[in-house]
Amino acid sequence: MKIAIPVVSDVKDTAVSDTFGRAAMFMVYDTEADASIYIQNKASLSSGGAGIQAAQTVVDSEVSVLLTPQLGGNAARVLKAAGIRLYKAQPGLNARENLERFTQGKLEALEQIHEGFHRH
Amino acid sequence: MRQLVILSGKGGTGKTTLASALISLSRTRAYADCDVDAPNLHLIGADYTRQEDASYYGLPLAVIDPDKCAACGACEQACRFDAVIQGSPYRINPYACEGCKVCGLVCPAQAIAMKPHQAGTMTLYYGEGAVFSTARLKMGSGTSGLLVSQVKNRLEHAAGEYTGFAVIDGSPGIGCPVIATLSGAHAALLVAEPSLSGLSDLERIIETARGFGVMIAVCVNKADINPEITDRIKAYCQREGLLFAGAIPYDPLAVQAVNQGRTIVDLDCPSGKAAKEIYRKIMPLLESV
Amino acid sequence: MMSDRTIAVLSGKGGTGKTFISVNLACAAAPATYIDCDAEEPNGHLFFQPAIKTREAVNVPVPRVDPAKCIECRQCVDFCAYHALAWTGRELLVFDEMCHGCGGCAMLCPAQALKETERAIGRVQTGEAQGVQVLSGFLNPGEATGVPVIKQLLNTGHPGGRVIIDCPPGSSCMVSESIQDADYCVLVAEPTRFGAHNLAMVHELARLYNKPCGVVLNKALPGDDPSRQYCQAHGLPILAEIAFEAQLGKLTSNGMIAVKEDPRYRALFERLLERIDQEACHAAVGHS
Repeated sequence: MKIAIPVVSDVKDTAVSDTFGRAAMFMVYDTEADASIYIQNKASLSSGGAGIQAAQTVVDSEVSVLLTPQLGGNAARVLKAAGIRLYKAQPGLNARENLERFTQGKLEALEQIHEGFHRH
Repeated sequence: MRQLVILSGKGGTGKTTLASALISLSRTRAYADCDVDAPNLHLIGADYTRQEDASYYGLPLAVIDPDKCAACGACEQACRFDAVIQGSPYRINPYACEGCKVCGLVCPAQAIAMKPHQAGTMTLYYGEGAVFSTARLKMGSGTSGLLVSQVKNRLEHAAGEYTGFAVIDGSPGIGCPVIATLSGAHAALLVAEPSLSGLSDLERIIETARGFGVMIAVCVNKADINPEITDRIKAYCQREGLLFAGAIPYDPLAVQAVNQGRTIVDLDCPSGKAAKEIYRKIMPLLESV
Repeated sequence: MMSDRTIAVLSGKGGTGKTFISVNLACAAAPATYIDCDAEEPNGHLFFQPAIKTREAVNVPVPRVDPAKCIECRQCVDFCAYHALAWTGRELLVFDEMCHGCGGCAMLCPAQALKETERAIGRVQTGEAQGVQVLSGFLNPGEATGVPVIKQLLNTGHPGGRVIIDCPPGSSCMVSESIQDADYCVLVAEPTRFGAHNLAMVHELARLYNKPCGVVLNKALPGDDPSRQYCQAHGLPILAEIAFEAQLGKLTSNGMIAVKEDPRYRALFERLLERIDQEACHAAVGHS
């Protein structure tokens, strides 16, 4: 399966981005191939609808799981409708460490969705 | 870099005056003004030795190529925002254009293109060991969460390895610039006005802030204008388990300080004393984050 | 006719006293019409407590998809400048609050699977309180733009005569919309460095639309006044100076109208009306 995480850069031990909609890019890790690719998040430059646009990018990357520290209402709606499972990434750990925690079953499902950016 | 954001549900509560006092008291090395519609923080201040400006581009807007325009009026018929000005050639009014691209869809002459539109300016100020990030939206623009995010990103970038608290002066209200200000914040100090509308606005901003899981503290400014409502706010905080950080009296000396470009803690005045008390109260909150 | 004038009250930022000034002006001018264009945070009706006469929804177009016709081409998703559409792999989602109602997606759908319907983004309410017709616009929280509410508000019938428009704070598109029909703009400023800075911004906006304007210095204190200095430097008439008074602050914070409670304020606002009329007359003659 494929797992997405919003990240700060495409280096090996990159930190997790503290925002989803305006993350610089998404790391998509393929568990079968044990390899990652990095996708630019065009929403980081968008003047509006960043959560939706970022969610569309994640949906298009065909992942089944998203690990993220926070998520807005609009993005959550897209991801849930697409059947993507949502887990809360731990902010103190980098992307690789969060992936490990996830595969060990140590990450919690993401419960708290924050108020969307509504207009922008 | 951790973030303390100063917010209010309503405009004119004294956010910026208090933010500048906290910036001075905390000796933070990073601060920002996210009230991009009406930035004021740069008016109180430090001596800045260096300044870096950058353009902010919002949504691209429609531009009609005069050489291709056949003045057929199809764009004007299709535009729902009254943004097309008749003439030979037709022109787009950038103040009304909402960047929807429908005119480009209907133009039979392919005369319309979407062009980047400078919707504001961003500035980084450096001085006295600190960096200050601010921006201003141009007139007639819609509000923008993106600009607020960029002000904070630029601050984070410029502050480098700073591990202290950045003080962020936020926009008033509960709209999108406020949501953008709260995203990534660790603590929020809400400044309330003791009036009926101020109370209802406070409740809404608290609800919004809670959605982000930030530590919340509340203070009341110009508290003695209406002590009854100030008490209601205190009681509300107690019921909701929020830290009530203090009350600041109305103080004409605060106006004097601001007009001299100084903070209220630079003078010996009642509002300055109250601000110091508030800072003392919120310190443990900040340390726990 | 002098008494038919439309006066817009503006300020560069919130909290300077726009509503305080507009509400009291309308009261002093009664019979008159008060229009609250601050649709995001309307407050005027809290002071007037009008008897409500009408309530009308403000509707805007929004697309709805017919899944049976949708060919999953995603052209609509790619076209939408506001990201109001998303494709989940199974269905097309519409984000109503992101939509600006431009009609583009319905226009370009190759399968005609998108049709526009209407949805309410707010409402316009009319009422009356002791000789003042109170028109208020309410924008639902989270909506993309309040401009349609203001348009409908300004198109709502009223008896004419003197009109006072309470504008939203700042210099955004909503403010521009609010002052379109104004004959004269009253700019409200605080006597602080911030106040002067924000006054400059809103003055720029009024000039952009060629509106004659004057300034009311509110919450004035003795001492240096950067806003007064700005007026002097730019030839802006100072229409009135309202001193800060704790008593007035308390009265207003409790939702009371000063003109009704205190004869001093009735006199002040009547003088202000006269002054506005004088200035507006001069301006009208000048702009021929």
